[in-house]
Amino acid sequence: MSELWEVFVRARRGLSHQHVGSLHAPDARMALRNARDVYTRREEGVSIWVVPAEAITASSPDEKDAFFDPAADKAYRHPTFYEVPDEVKHL
Amino acid sequence: MNDAAEYALRLGDDALVLAQRLGEWAARAPELEEDLALTNIALDLLGQARALLTHAGELEGEGRDEDDLAYLRSDREFRNALIVEQPNGDFARTIARQLLFSTYQLALYDRLCDSADDVLSGVAGKAVKEVAYHRDHAREWTLRLGDGTEESHRRMQDAVDWMWPLAAELFEHDALTERLVAEGIAVDPRALRPAWEHFVGGVLEEATLTRPETTYAPTGGRRGEHSEALGHMLAVMQSTHRAHPGATW
Repeated sequence: MSELWEVFVRARRGLSHQHVGSLHAPDARMALRNARDVYTRREEGVSIWVVPAEAITASSPDEKDAFFDPAADKAYRHPTFYEVPDEVKHL
Repeated sequence: MNDAAEYALRLGDDALVLAQRLGEWAARAPELEEDLALTNIALDLLGQARALLTHAGELEGEGRDEDDLAYLRSDREFRNALIVEQPNGDFARTIARQLLFSTYQLALYDRLCDSADDVLSGVAGKAVKEVAYHRDHAREWTLRLGDGTEESHRRMQDAVDWMWPLAAELFEHDALTERLVAEGIAVDPRALRPAWEHFVGGVLEEATLTRPETTYAPTGGRRGEHSEALGHMLAVMQSTHRAHPGATW
């Protein structure tokens, strides 16, 4: 009866939710509670998202080359020509 | 033992014994997720028990600490209510016990926040958030099992029927609670019943379960008269400390 859920936790205000793992639960409410117990019992977060694993459409490893390789030789797409001030965090 | 120490012992023993029972689910729960949920709840209760037993020892004034009280008393010296010492049974029975007890404990701690005893009010103030989650956990499972499959409904109803008579003891008053209520230290257990009935009744109805009608109400835990189950549980809980007195982790 249990479905698989993917869990995303926001560590603190200002950061985005990060994928932390998956778990089993019969529905969304229980998935949230299980996520609280499995992934935040050491104060890891201030907000949790749970998403049915089947709702995620993932890129296939077989398509890796077609998907990602063409970006490899286009250095002009990287904003490497800016100087980042030391005070800027999380960039 | 004086009144205040005895009262702290009752509260502490409820938490300690239920923590031990829930801990028995470690590695045995239906799913890993539930394994963690139940043992998290057990650890919350153990934390409450440690503070309450330490306080009971200090109030008693004979030099007993939390370990002395937890590990070196016999079953007849425990003051917990009978419901918390009951064997876990199947998962439904554990959930039924959680629903009935945590609803009571939440109402109790909520009022105990105003106790004239600063330690009791402090423990209650911290624990109220923990127990709110315990009650929520039990409610969610009661709804799903009660309003789930034919088999889960049958088991959940059976579990509620089995645990229900044991809840009555939680609301019993005696000379000790009356004296401590007058001093502003204790909560009158009778006063907790209406809100308990309202909440538990609502959950049972929503879960398509039938509220048991019974006048059977076993009692005696607060006087040290326990069911056979407690002695077996304590034998396991106390064995390491008794075999290796003073051992540390």
